[in-house]
Amino acid sequence: MSVSKSIRLVACFTALASVLFSIACNGGGSSNGSVSLQGAGATFPNPLYQKWFSEYGKLHGNIKIDYQSIGSGGGIKQLKEQTVDFGASDAPMKDEDLKSAPGEILHIPTVLGAVIITYNLEGVKAPLKFSPDAIADIFLGKVKKWNDPKIAADNPGVTLPSTDITVVTRTESSGTSAVFTDYLSKVSPEWKEKVGAGTAPRWPVGISGKGNEGVTGQVKSTPNTIGYVELAYAVQNKLPVAQIKNSAGNYIDPSIDSVTAAAAASAGTIPDDLRVSITNGSGPQTYPISSYTYILVYKNQKDAAKGKALVDFLWWGIHDGEGFAKELQYAPLPADIVKRAEAKINSVTAGGTALR
Amino acid sequence: MSWATETRGLGLAGQGSTWRRVLSPTGNTGDAVFRVLMLLVALLMIGIVLAMVVALGADSMTSIRQFGFGFLTGQMWDPIKGEFGALPFVYGTIASSLIALLISVPFSLGIAVFLVEQAPSYVARPVGFLVELLAAIPSVVYGLWGIFVLAPVLRLYVEPPLAKVFGWLPLFRGSITGIGLLTGGIILAIMVTPIISAVVRDVLAAVPGSQREAALALGATKWEMIRVVLVNGAPGIAGAVILGLGRALGETMAVTMVIGNRPQISLSLFEPSYTIASAIANEFTEATGDLHLSALVELGLILFLVTFIVNGIARLLVWNVTRKTGGVGRAA
Amino acid sequence: MVNYSNADRMRRGISTLMTTLTGLCTLLAVGALLIILFYIAYRGLGAINLQFLIDRPRPVGEGGGIGNAILGSLLLLLISSAFGLPLGICVGIYLSEIGRGRFGGVVRFIVDTLTGIPSIVTGVFVYALVVLPMRHFSAMAGGVALALIMIPIVARTTEEMLKLVPHSMREGALALGAPQWRVILGVVVPAAAPGIATGAMLAIARVSGETAPLLFTAFGSRFFPESLNQPIASLTVQIYNYAISPYDEWHAQAWAATLVLMTLVLGINIIVRFLTRKKF
Repeated sequence: MSVSKSIRLVACFTALASVLFSIACNGGGSSNGSVSLQGAGATFPNPLYQKWFSEYGKLHGNIKIDYQSIGSGGGIKQLKEQTVDFGASDAPMKDEDLKSAPGEILHIPTVLGAVIITYNLEGVKAPLKFSPDAIADIFLGKVKKWNDPKIAADNPGVTLPSTDITVVTRTESSGTSAVFTDYLSKVSPEWKEKVGAGTAPRWPVGISGKGNEGVTGQVKSTPNTIGYVELAYAVQNKLPVAQIKNSAGNYIDPSIDSVTAAAAASAGTIPDDLRVSITNGSGPQTYPISSYTYILVYKNQKDAAKGKALVDFLWWGIHDGEGFAKELQYAPLPADIVKRAEAKINSVTAGGTALR
Repeated sequence: MSWATETRGLGLAGQGSTWRRVLSPTGNTGDAVFRVLMLLVALLMIGIVLAMVVALGADSMTSIRQFGFGFLTGQMWDPIKGEFGALPFVYGTIASSLIALLISVPFSLGIAVFLVEQAPSYVARPVGFLVELLAAIPSVVYGLWGIFVLAPVLRLYVEPPLAKVFGWLPLFRGSITGIGLLTGGIILAIMVTPIISAVVRDVLAAVPGSQREAALALGATKWEMIRVVLVNGAPGIAGAVILGLGRALGETMAVTMVIGNRPQISLSLFEPSYTIASAIANEFTEATGDLHLSALVELGLILFLVTFIVNGIARLLVWNVTRKTGGVGRAA
Repeated sequence: MVNYSNADRMRRGISTLMTTLTGLCTLLAVGALLIILFYIAYRGLGAINLQFLIDRPRPVGEGGGIGNAILGSLLLLLISSAFGLPLGICVGIYLSEIGRGRFGGVVRFIVDTLTGIPSIVTGVFVYALVVLPMRHFSAMAGGVALALIMIPIVARTTEEMLKLVPHSMREGALALGAPQWRVILGVVVPAAAPGIATGAMLAIARVSGETAPLLFTAFGSRFFPESLNQPIASLTVQIYNYAISPYDEWHAQAWAATLVLMTLVLGINIIVRFLTRKKF
């Protein structure tokens, strides 16, 4: 090897580096008619969204939608940093977050889901029942064993083991956590005072998992655990789903009907920006820990091609997409909410002109 | 050998300005270009590290101003209320690393002694290579193995007997899930063993043979001779251990998958814990509040400074001992 | 005849005990390695098939594969090598041939510092430096993060390899009238080239296993990479995501992906070892 060879080698590397660099700078979101959208956020609706993106991709081969389920908090943050085209969150954004965003952000509700309590308890066949007190005390760490009188009171006739309860919570900033703690704050003054509601509460006890996926994984693999996850995750993984006592005093199974009832119970109270909490709703058949989940977009889109693809997809989602919801255990949006979501989608603009 | 002294003899010193002499002691323009290029690259390295320190420092200013030194002693990590304290993470990082060292150091020493003093070279080379392969396994693979193999094994066969026999110690109380400080410590131990043993091997190999011969000549048994060698290489061994500590402190993926990710300070090994690196990995992409983000960056700054100091001490101790042998590829 | 006293027997006993223990330690370490590797093979081989290797992830229940992750990892390695190898080799040349005295000491210290920086901190730095200004996650950002990890490793092995080149070669070239840069590029570096190459390969193997810095630079993707300006999947991040999920089929895919990754990493390590055997 000689000097010329060394120089040739260095030249090769530099050429390679510059080629890569130019590809990097030229390749982008839209080229030769195809559009790539990048989204991130909630793990709560992830099973449904992945189905949506896959089905929509079959209908429109030139639109690629990539979604990373990193948690609602992540979705909100990356949307504010403008590193993604849309975010997703179960918990609506707080006022401070909306104010500090670089542009106006719209909440587009996509579907309804239920936050359920699941557990891993050998030998217990039928689904356990829990009252709001019992749940609050378990997650506060006051109820430590499975055969505690509080749990036994809700489940007469069931033999509960005397093992320790291991609580599983969420590691990261999560809309599911926000919905769950919102419910707990409504039913337990002690919870409201000690922990409060939010996407990243300071859990008094428990190990944690990342995403709904992580929590489900932990509960599935570790005995004597209890955790809160979105209904789809428990069903897909054949984990038991607990019945929870609602405000009317009935033990309710989380189901499409009971979640729809929760949405109906709050129908009159939904504000203009569609940010609402429907936990602990009234009504005999309401499931108490239900929630809307939202896709978050900027009202004013920077890239017209991307913006068009986004609004078209959202339109498809709240109409045709709802057809996939039931088989994945999500409740479709009520008709009046669909109308209001349509209005929001129609208000998205790029450079001043509406995209739909 | 210094190029400058080499070329001074060519009678070029004193020709041209000081700049010219620095840039090109030989007076050749090709040399000047080459040296400038190399200098630029070196400056780039300095620039990168400085940029890192400045970026870390600047982004953590909000948190530093808010909490001051209380950050290091604060126990609450509450994004809702806006209170951030690093103590649980510092505890978790140090505790898991210490457990890892406690388990790993005896094994690493044993391995190094065996390979250097006892095994014939046709055994030592392949076996040594196999031990070093442990270092090549990626962190996420260790985590995967930890979740599906180590955690259930600990939960079913190791932690219950420990709880039964030693349950009176606060170390072994608490519910047994297989996920926690102990699991994290064991995985870290497996990960740092190849590094410590590799460096100790170099250290022991650098001990002059005369020491061994002298001990044996005085009638020492094999083990007593080994002890002499170990004492001789003690500073280097200490350096190797500290190097392993540095590696354990910064380990992220394997730990975050098995340690439970709960910011708490508990004496029990069975309880979940949280390390600085895991906290950053889990919370960074979603920290919405400025204070939350700043607190995470401050955690990163603390980790950076701690590993910087630890690695500096380690290299000081090891460099002196192994400088002569010029160990290859020990880029731990 | 030698008469052993009780004290002697005790000493010899302890010696035998300790030497056996050290052998056991080594056995345990090698055993741990073999257990891990065999388990990966056992779980991974069951899930690997051609479809898995060329398909991209699909919703749960529809199969899918890691084709995009394999491609993504290779691309990231390419990008990081394109930046990291030349820079690392140049730094190594500087440290060995030019940087003497205090400034060289400072640079060596800086390179040592870079070696010890936890990879997650590097990821945070590249997020602030590349992702935020670019306003998106990208393969480039991931490549830059990996390059920053690669540079100090390559620099140190390059420096050591260059130092092993006998001074007589340098002196001979100088005596023939070659300028310094010619001596370095034409004589010293080519002489150390095999060693530098193996050092580069080891750095690539090391970097291919990194996950933490990719979490907030390359981010992740469910599609095949089309541009370096967009997020990209990688084997390590995919393994992590599948490992902490609850779906058994994703766990199987995680093991299969691990098998692919380990084949790459171990393959490089074994090849390097084989190539360096002839030297010593």
